[in-house]
Amino acid sequence: MNFKRMRAMFFARNREFFRDKASFGWNFLFPFLLIAGFSVLFGGDVRKELKIGIFPCNAHQQSAMRQCAPESLNHLEYVEFVEFTDFEQGLDKLRHHKIDLFLDFASQPFRYWVSDTSPKGYMAEKIITAELMPDSKALMARQQIEDEKEIRYLDWLFPGILAMNMMFSALFGLGFIVVRYRMNGVLKRLKATPLSAFEYLSAQMLSRLFVLMFSLIILWVGCGLIFDISVEGSYLDLLLIFLVGSLSLISLGLVVASRGTSEEFTGGLLNFITWPMMFLSEVWFSIEGAPGWVKGIANLLPLTHLLRGVRRIMNDGAGLADISFELMVLSFMTVIFLTIGAKLFSWSR
Amino acid sequence: MNTAPIIETQNITKKYGTITAVKELNLKIPQGVCFGLLGPNGAGKTTLIEMIEGIISPTAGNVLYFGKSRKGTFREQIGIMFQQTSLLNYMTVRETLETFKSLYHKSLPIESLMQLCHLNEIRDQYNDKISGGQRQRLLLALALVNQPKLIFLDEPSTGLDPQARRNLWEIITKIKKQGKTIILTTHYMEEAQELCDQIAIMEQGQIIAKGTPDDLIVNYTKGVMLNLPKKCLPSDFYNSDFYNNNKEKVSIVNGRAVFQAPDLNYTISNLISSGADLSQLNIHTPNLETVFLNLTGRRLRD
Repeated sequence: MNFKRMRAMFFARNREFFRDKASFGWNFLFPFLLIAGFSVLFGGDVRKELKIGIFPCNAHQQSAMRQCAPESLNHLEYVEFVEFTDFEQGLDKLRHHKIDLFLDFASQPFRYWVSDTSPKGYMAEKIITAELMPDSKALMARQQIEDEKEIRYLDWLFPGILAMNMMFSALFGLGFIVVRYRMNGVLKRLKATPLSAFEYLSAQMLSRLFVLMFSLIILWVGCGLIFDISVEGSYLDLLLIFLVGSLSLISLGLVVASRGTSEEFTGGLLNFITWPMMFLSEVWFSIEGAPGWVKGIANLLPLTHLLRGVRRIMNDGAGLADISFELMVLSFMTVIFLTIGAKLFSWSR
Repeated sequence: MNTAPIIETQNITKKYGTITAVKELNLKIPQGVCFGLLGPNGAGKTTLIEMIEGIISPTAGNVLYFGKSRKGTFREQIGIMFQQTSLLNYMTVRETLETFKSLYHKSLPIESLMQLCHLNEIRDQYNDKISGGQRQRLLLALALVNQPKLIFLDEPSTGLDPQARRNLWEIITKIKKQGKTIILTTHYMEEAQELCDQIAIMEQGQIIAKGTPDDLIVNYTKGVMLNLPKKCLPSDFYNSDFYNNNKEKVSIVNGRAVFQAPDLNYTISNLISSGADLSQLNIHTPNLETVFLNLTGRRLRD
């Protein structure tokens, strides 16, 4: 192994990343926009789950719209009211699932419509009827969870988006580039030098690890300046789990990079890996309650363990000992992926 | 000094499925020569040269370097200019050279290399923003960065304009003068004649002739070459006795009929009596192209 050769390849790849203005900007802009977008859509940390159309109402502010509703309903939480001055238009929106329930206060008693096929419509109906039932509070008493700090949606989503960005960057940044270099003969040219496959691949991995950590820190600081992000555990532990998780994702990228000879095929393969990973690893939503086999697949994905570890540190204040299982699984996956990648690697087409 | 040939191949064969690209080929290349591998497209030149370089491994046979099998240090001592290579993205010419320089133990100073290959003017340009000729000079410089003993040039001037080609030849001539061994593939006969001391002509994975350019011309040409546009031949020419008796001396290249004429008077008088229009006749003294066409002409005519 020769460090001079590795260093030359490491710096060459870093230069490429920092000089490719378009993709460099995109790497930072994309996750930032996602987080910003969600915070606007969901009002920072509260998601409005249901949309209820009200008629007649001519207000434009959410607070004013609430005044159109009867007193018994205008304090409902997680509900977004949508005003209608045209009755038919309201019914049409309901038909197209743009709203979950449609209320008409013009008649006495007031009337409502709901779609029979919409689960959200069903929920909206139940909420309204429960709200109007005077004795519901007498039938059951609400209790408060004690000693637990509430986890805001933003604090749950933020690490998900960072980790997702990491996954895309690791897999595409390594898989795609190496395959392109194999196709256009750059790898063949490098093979003609004393550079070994181990040196080349290590340099690619280290460069990508550097890029991932660099992006992570920039994004974290950038988002931290704008949003209020709370971390219960230690930042050092967070860095460690991100580091170990990145390595496993990069190694997976290496497996993709090891053989491909067509950018189209590799692009498809990368999408085939990244999309299910994005949905099953709970980046956006929890898969609690999904069938056992879905959870089984999720457990085979490195992103699942990375995110689980990160969220436990950030949201629950877990220490390294608490996430030792995740760390072990990620390290184990790294070793497996690296072995496969190294065995399969080919310089030429 | 080691007097063994710098490269020797022993019964080297490469098969791709049922296709044999190179067939039991034996070749010795002495030190310090510029060795040209000529042949039509698909003759197996690149396959052979890449087996010698160690980029692809032969199906059978051996490659010896100074009489011994190639070791790990072989890569330190050779320089390669491939037919088609892209370079690392977002790097300037100077950075590209420096990166490659770091891959070797021994190397030339970048400045003198840039001077030799006329790269000074474009030193700070990105390597994907340079012209075809500049690119070939950069690839040549990369092949020289480690002060190699043996340099492989695979069709170095393909796609270049005549001026850029001359420019590249000048640099290669300078390298030759330093006593380096060069193995060059080309299908430009002019390039081979200009640069090569020894030549081997390949067809269908085998060497069908070899020697110095002069030897080849003496051995594989008979007399001068005449050529004239095909349309100047009478329509029944292919039924004439003259054609049928001299089939092997006639070939069609790029719409022109080419005649080998060991006896110029005989050929011309027969052409006239067959009714051919000689107003656009060209006469060439034999050169490497004649050799090449004689040896591989049938295939080209197909």
